[in-house]
Amino acid sequence: MKIAVIGAGVVGSLIARELCKYDAEVLLIEKNMDVGWGVTKANSAILHAGYDDPVGSVRSKFCSLGNAMYTELAKELDFEIKRTGSYVLAFNDEEISVLHKLLKQGEVNKVPGLELHDRDEILSREPRVNPKVKMGLWAPTAGITEPWMIAIAAVENALENGLKLFLNEEVIGFEKSNGKIKKIITNKQEHSVDIVINVAGLFADEISKLAGAEYVPLHPRKGQYILLDKKLGKIVNSVIFPTPTEKSKGILVLPTIDGGLLLGPTAEDLPSDRKHDLTTTSEGLQQIKDFVLKLVPDIDFSLVVKTFAGLRPESPQKDFFISASRTVQNFINVMAMRSPGLTAAPAIAKYVVEDLIQDQLKLTLKRKRNFKSKREAIKKYTQLSLEEWQEVVARKPSAGRMVCFCNEVTEAEIVEAISRGARTLDGVKFRTRAMFGRCQGGFCMSKILKILERELGTDASNITLKSPGSWIVDGKVRE
Amino acid sequence: MKTDVLVIGAGAAGMGAAIAAAKRGLNVVIAERDEITGGILNQCIHNGFGLHYFREELTGPEYAERFREQLEKLSDRIKVFTDCHVLKLGEDRKALLVSPKGILELEAKAVVYTSGARERPFGSLMIPGDRPSGIFTAGVAQRLMNIDNRKVGHRALIVGSGDIGMIMARRLTLEGTEVVAVVERLPYPGGLLRNVIQCLKDFNIPLYLSSTVIEVKGRERLEEVVIANVDEQFKPIPGTERSFKVDTLILSVGLIPQVEMLDGLVQTDRRTKGVACSNIGQSSREWIFAAGNCTAIFDLVDYVTKEGERAGEYASRYAMGERFSQNVPISPGENVMLTFPNFYNAVDDLTLYVRCKKPMEKAMLKVGNFEKIFEDLIPSEMIVAKIPNQKLSGLDRIVVELKEV
Repeated sequence: MKIAVIGAGVVGSLIARELCKYDAEVLLIEKNMDVGWGVTKANSAILHAGYDDPVGSVRSKFCSLGNAMYTELAKELDFEIKRTGSYVLAFNDEEISVLHKLLKQGEVNKVPGLELHDRDEILSREPRVNPKVKMGLWAPTAGITEPWMIAIAAVENALENGLKLFLNEEVIGFEKSNGKIKKIITNKQEHSVDIVINVAGLFADEISKLAGAEYVPLHPRKGQYILLDKKLGKIVNSVIFPTPTEKSKGILVLPTIDGGLLLGPTAEDLPSDRKHDLTTTSEGLQQIKDFVLKLVPDIDFSLVVKTFAGLRPESPQKDFFISASRTVQNFINVMAMRSPGLTAAPAIAKYVVEDLIQDQLKLTLKRKRNFKSKREAIKKYTQLSLEEWQEVVARKPSAGRMVCFCNEVTEAEIVEAISRGARTLDGVKFRTRAMFGRCQGGFCMSKILKILERELGTDASNITLKSPGSWIVDGKVRE
Repeated sequence: MKTDVLVIGAGAAGMGAAIAAAKRGLNVVIAERDEITGGILNQCIHNGFGLHYFREELTGPEYAERFREQLEKLSDRIKVFTDCHVLKLGEDRKALLVSPKGILELEAKAVVYTSGARERPFGSLMIPGDRPSGIFTAGVAQRLMNIDNRKVGHRALIVGSGDIGMIMARRLTLEGTEVVAVVERLPYPGGLLRNVIQCLKDFNIPLYLSSTVIEVKGRERLEEVVIANVDEQFKPIPGTERSFKVDTLILSVGLIPQVEMLDGLVQTDRRTKGVACSNIGQSSREWIFAAGNCTAIFDLVDYVTKEGERAGEYASRYAMGERFSQNVPISPGENVMLTFPNFYNAVDDLTLYVRCKKPMEKAMLKVGNFEKIFEDLIPSEMIVAKIPNQKLSGLDRIVVELKEV
């Protein structure tokens, strides 16, 4: 059995890994140069508790389930999660009534531990939030993580279990016979397949159209973000939400897993032809500033280190669309993965493999005997004890050469990231957090460029930031 | 391992400090995180260094070399650790040094912190638009060109007319990268007049004053930069937009003192954003001294060396058991944007560095009983005044004022 997953975002990567638990040939095809670089790369990085998904929605079915699965998954795949808990804050009676509704909805959705807190309790846990707050919905299971790291970890583990990964390869067509897909045609080659799982993020509707299967139309909803210096990381301890509106969960204030502070996202619906529009706008950034100050009044915007935008795929139904196609017998859609797609991802992966493929398509997959469930993260040497670190450096001097000073990343970690598949500056950055700190690569970028050059046996001119056209330097100043 | 004085950073301030301490007969360890000593001087291959200190004009590497030679001469007392990052410094005066040679705990009697500054990154400017490659800070571009021998682009726009921005405009032009413009937010150039002439006018590079970048475009490599004029509050004026097709954007928009390693150990100054120091380089924690761009951003490396030497000298005196009395706070008054040092200790004279708030034709600097006239003042050019001890005696607070005359 040959199963192809199209799209190596967090959902696609987890599906691919789940498939690798069975005796099947698994292909993962991704058009970007690395995994997790589409929708996965830029979102709020939150594990949602699951109280704000409408009862009966597909979202509600998978959110709290996925949330719970992350504890085990993070251990198996060795990525970081922090159960920070979250607050939805209410500042007036109208908002308080929304909190009551969310509490009820959360209880039906089986979200554990929800509580309504009064002003004093909120301020004792979160002393920097606006003291005008009246009530808050506390969700202890909410947390934060690093979405791309989950995709990276899942793919690394899947590769060890036999996955075939095709990066920088775009699906451009399908060859069908008897209502089934026989071959996937990419810009590079053809893959003959038995099952196709479409997890192509923002472009999943177009892939489905190419396959002649059902789909929901997708349009991008843009979210702009502001990332601030670690000096502000402790200004809040948990994820701070405003009271949600019909349209979105609002603009949040939250700590990032590596100690920074993240503000955002905006929610701007774009037409479906703007799926590449990752621009920030002055209006968007201003909107974030204005909004967050109502939640946490003293944020010092001179400590901004980065602004960016992400796109999430939204459908008219505002719900996930996960189903085996009725018209194309061996085609499965996993699309419209808007919020809380990241949280739901592990539950969706399990559902696709166990329920859709085995129960609905009636295809029997046999469990592999020798599936290796564990993956180890790149070792962070600063977390070792002095003695352990000394021992490592004696054997491997590069573990003592600090390359990124802001986030304390050594040369050994960067070399390891490259050996695990980083081919670009962003590839190194998302695997190691080098260049992610307050100087944004000011001190280490040129050094990392050289390490990439050396490890890949190429010239710096061939190394890019992210995409094939995003060159950094072009040739030498003088011979 | 133990030492008398640990110097963190081997740039202009650190080398100055280490040499001063060793000359007093102390044992010094100097820890530099880069592969060689010299700091940012190594990438500044243009001339103009040393006019005050050596009374001759040197390039950055030449200036660094002079001090490197002295470090070598004093090698029986100064241990130079390069490729060596100080991971942390504790209240117990122990530093954790990390290098490919090993991880080392070092205990010092006094520390001179000279970690310099970092550049304000692109992200902090909150410029809307895409996030393509081809956007560099001036220092990164300078390092790539001057040390790594790499061409950073073909057509460039430079933001910021400070000395670094203008020098990069000339450097890029000389190396075959076309510089289409230098853009400055202020209504006057940010750097020295000599650089306006030698780096921009001589090469016909236009300087757009009261202008700012309002958007960057390009999905992969940078393709276009849009600028606009700004009003007095630096808000872009609609209708004044102008677009440039460039593949490179160089940012020279300010330096931030690096103080993070000392978080929780010392006080920083609200205005300089650097380590708050007295005129002898002593911080709020008596055994930590600091100098150079980690205390305040200086105009000239010559000043940095002087400050480093002073901090090195007093750190050694501290290490030998001398203690220094109460400090008098120094604060900016009329027309003064910032002053350095932040405190005054009567054990020495005061070398005062002042930045004015606005351009002034002629102004009287008043500090205690000291008065001196300065001409053609601009905020980007530091005023330096040596104020003798006796002019400041008996003050419990020193206010620095510039009165227009």
